[in-house]
Order: sequence, then C-alpha cells, then structure tokens
Amino acid sequence: MINIQEKKQYLRKFQSLIALFLLCVGISLFSDKFLTVTNAWNVMRQISVNICISVGMTLVVLTAGIDLSVGSVLAFCGAVTAGLIKHGIELPSANLYIEFTLTGGILAGVLIGAVLGWFNGWVITRFKVPPFVATLAMLTIARGLTMLWTNGFPITGLGSKFALMGTGWLLGIPVPVWISLLVVVIAILLTGKTKLGRYIYAIGGNESAARLSGIRINKVKMAVYAIAGCLAAVGGLIVTSRLDAAQPNAGTSYELDSIAAVVIGGTSLSGGRGSIAGTVLGAIIIGVLNNGLVLLNVSPFWQQVVKGGVILLAVIIDKSGTKESQ
Amino acid sequence: MLQVKNITKHFSGVTALDNISLEFLPGQVHAIIGENGAGKSTLMKILSGVYTQYEGDIFYKGHKVHFSDPKAAQEKGISIIHQELNLVAGLSITENIFLGRELLTRIGLLNKAAMRQQASALLARLKLRVNPDTLVGDLKVGQQQVVEIAKALLVESEVIIMDEPSSAISESETTVLFDIIAGLKRDNKAVVYISHKLDELFKIADRYIVLRDGRLIEEGPMKGMQQEQLIQKMVGRDLQVLRRQAAETNTATIFSVEQLSLPRPGKTGSFILKDISFSVGKGEILGIFGLMGAGRTELLETIFGLHARRMTGLIKVKQQPVSFKNPYDAKKAGLALVPEDRKKDGLVPGLDVQTNIGLTTLSSMETMGWLSKRRETDLSQKYIRELHIKTASGRQLVKDLSGGNQQKIVLAKWLATQPVLLMLDEPTRGIDIHAKQEIYHLVRQLAGQGLGIIVVSSELPEILAIADRVLVMCEGKIKASLPIHEAAEEVLLKAAIPLTI
Repeated sequence: MINIQEKKQYLRKFQSLIALFLLCVGISLFSDKFLTVTNAWNVMRQISVNICISVGMTLVVLTAGIDLSVGSVLAFCGAVTAGLIKHGIELPSANLYIEFTLTGGILAGVLIGAVLGWFNGWVITRFKVPPFVATLAMLTIARGLTMLWTNGFPITGLGSKFALMGTGWLLGIPVPVWISLLVVVIAILLTGKTKLGRYIYAIGGNESAARLSGIRINKVKMAVYAIAGCLAAVGGLIVTSRLDAAQPNAGTSYELDSIAAVVIGGTSLSGGRGSIAGTVLGAIIIGVLNNGLVLLNVSPFWQQVVKGGVILLAVIIDKSGTKESQ
Repeated sequence: MLQVKNITKHFSGVTALDNISLEFLPGQVHAIIGENGAGKSTLMKILSGVYTQYEGDIFYKGHKVHFSDPKAAQEKGISIIHQELNLVAGLSITENIFLGRELLTRIGLLNKAAMRQQASALLARLKLRVNPDTLVGDLKVGQQQVVEIAKALLVESEVIIMDEPSSAISESETTVLFDIIAGLKRDNKAVVYISHKLDELFKIADRYIVLRDGRLIEEGPMKGMQQEQLIQKMVGRDLQVLRRQAAETNTATIFSVEQLSLPRPGKTGSFILKDISFSVGKGEILGIFGLMGAGRTELLETIFGLHARRMTGLIKVKQQPVSFKNPYDAKKAGLALVPEDRKKDGLVPGLDVQTNIGLTTLSSMETMGWLSKRRETDLSQKYIRELHIKTASGRQLVKDLSGGNQQKIVLAKWLATQPVLLMLDEPTRGIDIHAKQEIYHLVRQLAGQGLGIIVVSSELPEILAIADRVLVMCEGKIKASLPIHEAAEEVLLKAAIPLTI
C-alpha cells in the first residue's frame, strides 16, 4: 500500500547515495587512478578531520544552531596539545614547571575544546546571543588565542608517538580513519539511543513543545556546543599530528567544509531534521569531489566553484522535496 | 475534584477574569461556552499552569495548589490539549508521547521496546490504528489530537482540558473523539471541553458553564437546555449597544466579489473559502462577522492578492474585473488592507512613525531616485493631526506607542494611498474603549467621504456599531447577509455557529 508520496520519501533517503554513486562512476571514466585502494584510503584519510568536525556540527545544527568557530577551536586545541607535549607549562616567575605526558597533553587539548564549546553554548543560552554571532566571535577569539599561544610560529618536533595519530596505520586502515569511525559510531548511538539525542531532535523540531514537555533546553544546547568543541579538538589533534606541527593558521575555513557536509547530507539548517549518517555521506561526497577534481587536474580555484555549486544544488533539491510533502 | 475559587486575572488594565468560582467533577464532561474574549482560554491557561500570576485559589482533590509551570500541573494530574498542538512533527508518535518522560534501560539508554509497547497500548485504548513509529507530521490533525490525548493519559491525568478540539477535524474524526471522551468519563476523569459548536456539546456534555466578559454567568446540567437558551446566555448584554444609522442605500458598487473560492492545500475537496459573493457600495460599511476559523482573514488576504495562485473566482473594482498577482497589484487598483496582527503584519516596530506612515507611498516621494524627507514629514504630520495620533514626534519609534495609536498609524499608512476600498481586520483588537470609539468615529467619517469599507470583526457590539450591512461567515461560506436593522445579536451568532451533525 505504498503510495506515490511514500515512494518519493523513500527515494529521497537514497538521493545522496545515488549522487555519490554517479559521481564515482563519472570520475572513474576520466581517471584510471580513481578506483584504486590507495586512492580510497587517501580520500578517507583526507576527510577524517572533516568528519569529526561535521559530526559535532550536525548535532549543533539539529538544534537549529550553527557553530562557526570549529576551525579556530581546532587550531587552538591542536596548538595547546602540541605546546604541552613539547614544553609543558613553564612559568619561571612562579617557579612552575609542569611536564605533560602524551596522554595528558591530548586530554588537555580535548578538554579545552569542550570548555570553549561550552562557553559558546553558555553565551547563546544565557544571553540569548544568536548562535551565528556567538560562534563568529569565538572564531576570532580562538584564532587570537592560537596566535598568542604559538607566538605566531608553528610548534614542531612533537615526537614519533604523537605522529601515530595522524600518520599511523592499524590493521591496514589509517589511524585517522579509525578515529573518525569511532566518533561516528558513538554519535549514531547518541542520536539514536539516548535521551540527549532525542532531546536534540525535539528542540530543533519544535522548541516550545520541547520546553512544555519539561526538557531542559539550555542544558542540552550547552552540551551540544561542548561536544562540537570537543570534536573540533579531536580534529585538531589529527591535523597537528599529521603535519607534526601546530600551525597558527590551521583549520582556516574548515567550518565551511563541515557546514557543506551537513547540508549536503540532508540536515536542515532550521533544525529537527537530519542524521549523522547523512553528514558522513555528505563529507564523503565532498571528499570524492575534491579528490576527483585533483585527479582530473582541475585548478583548485575551480574546485571552490564546483563545491559551492554542489552545496546550492543539494539544498535546492532538499527544499523542493519538503515543500511537496506539505 | 478540581475547584477554583474567586479567580481573577488582569492584563495591564483589562480584566480577563472576574471572580470566577467553579467546580469540575470526576466522570463528567463540562462544556465551557462563551464568545471570543469571554475568558475561556485564560481560565484554562491558569488551570494548566501556563499563567502563574492570578488572584484566587485552586483546590485539587481538596488541597490548595499553585502550579509554577505546565509540567507541575501535569504532574499533579491536569493536562491541557491546546488548540495549537504541542507536538514535534519530526518525531514519531511514541517519541512524542514519551517526550520528556523517556523510559531508560538499566545502562541509561532509551528503552525503545518498552516505550513502543506502552504507546501501542495507549493507541489501542484510544482506537487509533496507526503504527506508533509513524512520524507525527504525517498524521492527520484528528490523529495528532489523539496523540495529545495519549500524552495526557500516559501521565494518568485526572482532569483533561480540551480547547476547541473539533475545530480542525472532520466529522468522522469527531465521532472517534466523542467515543474517546465517553471512555474518559467511564474512567472517572473530569473532562473540560471548550467549543463553539453548540450542537456537539449537546451530544457529549453533562454540564454547561457560560462565561461572558470574564464573569461566570451561569452553570448547570446540560439536560433539558435548548440551543436558543444557551446562545441567549452567551450574548445577553447590559450595555446599550450603539447602533449605526444605516447610510443611504443604492449607491454605486465600487467593489464586488463573485464565486470566490480558495481550496485548502493538501486536502482535495476541502475549501478554506467557498463560493463567496458580495459587493460593497460607495460610502458603505460592510461588516463581516464570524468565529475563529470561519475564513474571514483568509477572505481579505485572498482579495488582497496573497493567495493568487490558488484562488478561483472574480474580483471587480469599480465594476472592472481585475486580477491581482500580489498585494502590489491590489494596492495599485485602490485596495487597502489593515491586517489583524498589527505588530506582526502592519508595522515595522523598530522604525519610527513617519517611516511607517510613508511606507506605502514612497514612489510618490522620490524625485530622480532620491527620497524627499520633507514630503515624508509633511505626510506623517498630516495624519498625526487628522487622526489624532498621540506621539512625541514623527521620529518616535512605533513600538513605544500604545495599541490604539499603532493602529492609527497602520490606518494612516493606507489612507495615504487614497484607496477605493479599505479593509480592516479586527481593527480594535487589544485597544481600550476610548481608542475604540475614536476608530469607529474615523471609520464612519471615511465612509462619509465615499470610501468603501469592509470591517471584519468577532465582536458583535463592534459590528453593530459601525456596519451598514452584515455578512456572517461560517466555515468558509457566507451564511447570512443582513441589513443592519435586521441584524440582532442572537441571529448573527446563530448563523456563525458551525454545524457538525
């Protein structure tokens, strides 16, 4: 008893997958280097950072918010970890010398990410600052903090153990891919099987109904931004480890790629609709697109144009779908 | 079970409820009747914890209670099903029923199986044969209401308040609703049912409660009551109603509508407006009366070009057929619309008086692309004078003015276009009595100058005070068309009440 409407809904779920399939077929027709195992791992490794950030971004967008600060937070946390591992904390004036272990440095970086993210959430809920503005401010602040911490120079020479995070292989799969996989699995469990996940969808879908149902809106929002900050930090660790350097300008414009992944993946910017799986697919599409354009020797500037066009197309198709179902 | 004593509620100078004392008994359906503004919703919002500031006491099962928020009221056992349903369209039935009350497994994850099972049981009890995993957004409104009732049952509410539950559902769904209410009665719940549909109330209510102007007029057993008697009680007024001396008839028709229809999107065969036909003469004031949901605002919107693609029918201005694609076309043809919600649709609250007044006629204020500040100021000064708008200056921000003055600004904005037909949607809503009289006077003056005017209102005294002729709308159709001397309050109200049987 499936009518036309249900058939259309069904197809919509797979439209991203179909798009990806067509994209792969198209590229492989023009480049024989595309459908190789090495290339596949390349792509997966390249998008692992975006996947981490985008998962956090998905949760934020599901609550009808946005987080423009992820790129800067990524840079700052990467720099914090690098600095702590290399130098520890040195305050000669206070006779303070703390050395940090590798684990300690990593935990500190992730914690700072959570704190910055939590701060975003606090400003948004306590002072009713629009998420766009609050996270835009954090974007600038975190970048400034990164400059201060690094004095404008990259922090390098972080040791071979740390480099494993970004360059290592485990069971034939690059470590960054393992990390992003873990992040995705946890996120899918969170959104599908926990109260928090349910509340995230409810708040984005109908905030006043959620409030009247006794859901603590502010607490959920702060948690969501903190998670986004955390995941930005994880992304920062992968980048820093891969380059064996914490660059002061790391992560610039990363927020755009992550918003692109979220949007292409079918999550609505007005909240309440979307999925982690969709975002992952979106990130893969962007990764494959980037990869394909490089293999076809297309200028990186054209890549920008194409990427922007794909985002527009994805949203227009998505919007036209929802209008019909109303 | 639930008792209220001496409940009084004020809203900045307006008394919404005046010393109401009532009792709600278990196993009974109490019908609350009254016109728009009688205080029904206000009372229900106090009972369900939406309004927390009021005078008087609420006693629940013998104990005095005070609710700090809706959740507290729910926990005590009082649930309200609002007219605008509080559901999240993107979540399933089960998820909505358990929203905020999720069941967890021992490790803290959602216990989806248990929730689904309980949801299924509730749906079966309410005879809703839908998969509990269906998204609420995919359900029909009647089904969504059942989900809301399921929410109330989940928390074992003892008092269930329903605010106009049948206003948006079909006949068959209403029958199901009544079966459910009968079931609630058997379970000894107290049901409070607010509705305008009097014939429905005769079917299911045990007691009636009539509110008027915030006061309790009468309550008693439903058995033995006649519809006429109920209407009389709803409407009977002590104040002398100022009646309009009808303007001279047989003036030239300056505006007419023929067979105007507006289908409802998504539901074929259902109409928001059906076959509306009427005309307005020069200097005539046509009043359109109807209850909420009758389609009055939609009628004005359609005439004004807001639903151009979906509408069918003919509109004639000065006896010439016209076709509006948008409000711009309507404005050019000489129509003006003062919307119902002045803050949302009539004004730019953050801009000043003179900018707002000049908004519709900017093209006449520019020379070679530059706006003339002087012309803008002259225009606003003219109307501030003529309409007696109380403002410190033309530069005062509109949001700082009183409701009455804001309404005058919207009026000024449209008078500046020198329209042929002026349409007013609930022009005195939320305005004090003095400002109301001023606006009535203005409207009569404008009619005297030859303007055709349509006034939509849900307040009977208002319609009677200014209309030359009255149309009564009900469920998208015109049910009555009367000259003012034939329009008695009871007659108008009776025509406005929808029938479900």
